[in-house]
Amino acid sequence: MRDLSFPRQRLFRALPLLLLLVMAASLCLGSAGLSLSELYQGLRDPHSAAYRILFYARLPRMLGGLLAGASLAVSGALLQNVLNNSLAGPNVIGVNAGAGLGTLIVMSISPFAVQWMPMAAFFGALLTALLIYAVASISGASRTTLILAGVAISSIINAVSACIKTFFPELSLSYATFSVGSLANTTMDQVKWAAVYALPALLAVMLVRHDMNILALGEETAGALGLPVRAYRFLLICLAAVLAGAAVSYGGLIGFVGLLVPHMARMLFGSDHRIAVPASALLGAISLLLCDLLGRTLFAPFELHVGIVLSVIGGAGFIFLILKRKGGRLS
Amino acid sequence: MIELRHLQTGFDGRVVSRDLSLRLEKGRLLTLIGPNGCGKTTLLRTLARALPARGGEILLDGQPLQSYRRRALALHVAYLPQSREVPDITAEALIAHGRFPHLGFSRRLSERDRIAVEDAIHLAGADGLRHKSLKTLSGGERQRVYLAMVIAQETGLVLLDEPGTYLDIGSRFEVMEIARRLCARGAAVVMTLHDLADAMAFSDRICLMDAEGVIRCDGSPGQVYDSGLLEQVFGVAVQRVTLPEGQTQYCFLPRHV
Repeated sequence: MRDLSFPRQRLFRALPLLLLLVMAASLCLGSAGLSLSELYQGLRDPHSAAYRILFYARLPRMLGGLLAGASLAVSGALLQNVLNNSLAGPNVIGVNAGAGLGTLIVMSISPFAVQWMPMAAFFGALLTALLIYAVASISGASRTTLILAGVAISSIINAVSACIKTFFPELSLSYATFSVGSLANTTMDQVKWAAVYALPALLAVMLVRHDMNILALGEETAGALGLPVRAYRFLLICLAAVLAGAAVSYGGLIGFVGLLVPHMARMLFGSDHRIAVPASALLGAISLLLCDLLGRTLFAPFELHVGIVLSVIGGAGFIFLILKRKGGRLS
Repeated sequence: MIELRHLQTGFDGRVVSRDLSLRLEKGRLLTLIGPNGCGKTTLLRTLARALPARGGEILLDGQPLQSYRRRALALHVAYLPQSREVPDITAEALIAHGRFPHLGFSRRLSERDRIAVEDAIHLAGADGLRHKSLKTLSGGERQRVYLAMVIAQETGLVLLDEPGTYLDIGSRFEVMEIARRLCARGAAVVMTLHDLADAMAFSDRICLMDAEGVIRCDGSPGQVYDSGLLEQVFGVAVQRVTLPEGQTQYCFLPRHV
């Protein structure tokens, strides 16, 4: 018996390579194309034009996409496990909206307080996640009810966000981009501050992910096997909130990565979280970078925000999940 | 082993059973029977500490049950609830999860763990199922795999909640046989059953609870039959039949036929 035998191991090993490719493409392609040699030169020579394009525009954007994609996807995988609901995702149940509200509040106080945004986003996300979890555990709500409760809570949070926007009209412009989800104006500073939260959280998830397999057996069975179910769930919710908060703090309300990528990972590599979680992180980064790339090359010189591209692809994917769920084979 | 002293069970602020006193012995199969809602499952869940005891005490090897840490408890008591999730993993992976309380921080299976898993697969007759996904298994096969998981846990006490429900008769008998084999290795097995004929045929000892959650009769199947309480509690007629081969069987019939 091997500990880790899973389908498509070769594809899994190719994922990091694929990610590197997409990262390179993300640095090279755009309104001003760079060849690979220009990319190499730009990374080495601080006086070249390529250097400026890279370090002021492409690199923050690429790193931002990398971090947000991985964070949102892992956040989704965690929430789906904790809520035992395959239709949960940080955007579906309002965790992203909560993070957005947190960010917006900081933005309205001081738009330059970049270092506080991930923390505010984290608290917004955490409060929302705990609220949903409380609704789920108090009412014993069915899986569908849980999603509806999430939709209701998102709608309330979005209304509060809209209120703040009304009182601080100067936020309107940036909020418009924020609510769609975009990496276009990501700065290195924002990514750095988000990474301070997201990277330790990702590391922590990797360390504790094995027990997600035990939690997936159901609350009673997991408890009987000796898992401290409540404490473990709380830990996972906090980690999911940190990750969603970090991504939303600069990327805005990027939808669907958190919902769909964990499914993609499970379909490709099976439900073992030891594989599915790292696969979600890699696939999340790859898909977000690809969608961003699509958004800025498809109709160049016009640029679509990554959130718009994701809404089209993700909406279709969501419908696919609903139809598949009807067949009862959704894991 | 495990001892209940004046145990009061219940949940959501509701008392189910007021005063339960029992001693469980190693290597014996004890079945809890009683009408719906009498508190069989509540008792089992309290023994597994999935519910807190409302009064009295439960002693495990002389120590109060609540003094055990979750993980330490899982080394002594295994519990298979009736409703479970069916994750999309192989049977073998599920059975290996039974070793969870034995694993260290790395969560890697040691050689000892692998032996226990192989042994459990063998005991439950789940060899042909190991590489199949749980999702593709039939109800009976799934039950066998879950039993193997519980066996792999290697505990002295095994609690099974309605292990035979929703299974066809062949699968049900197999489940009972597995429970018997588990007893033969020295474990104390406690299960709840709805099917009285199964309970009478496979148990060493039966506790009959009435609708008020009181244990009315505690003894071997023969003693429970002789007490006449089966008729009273369930409102049915019971016949003892001795087969030509000498085996004793119990038949349950509607009272006025």
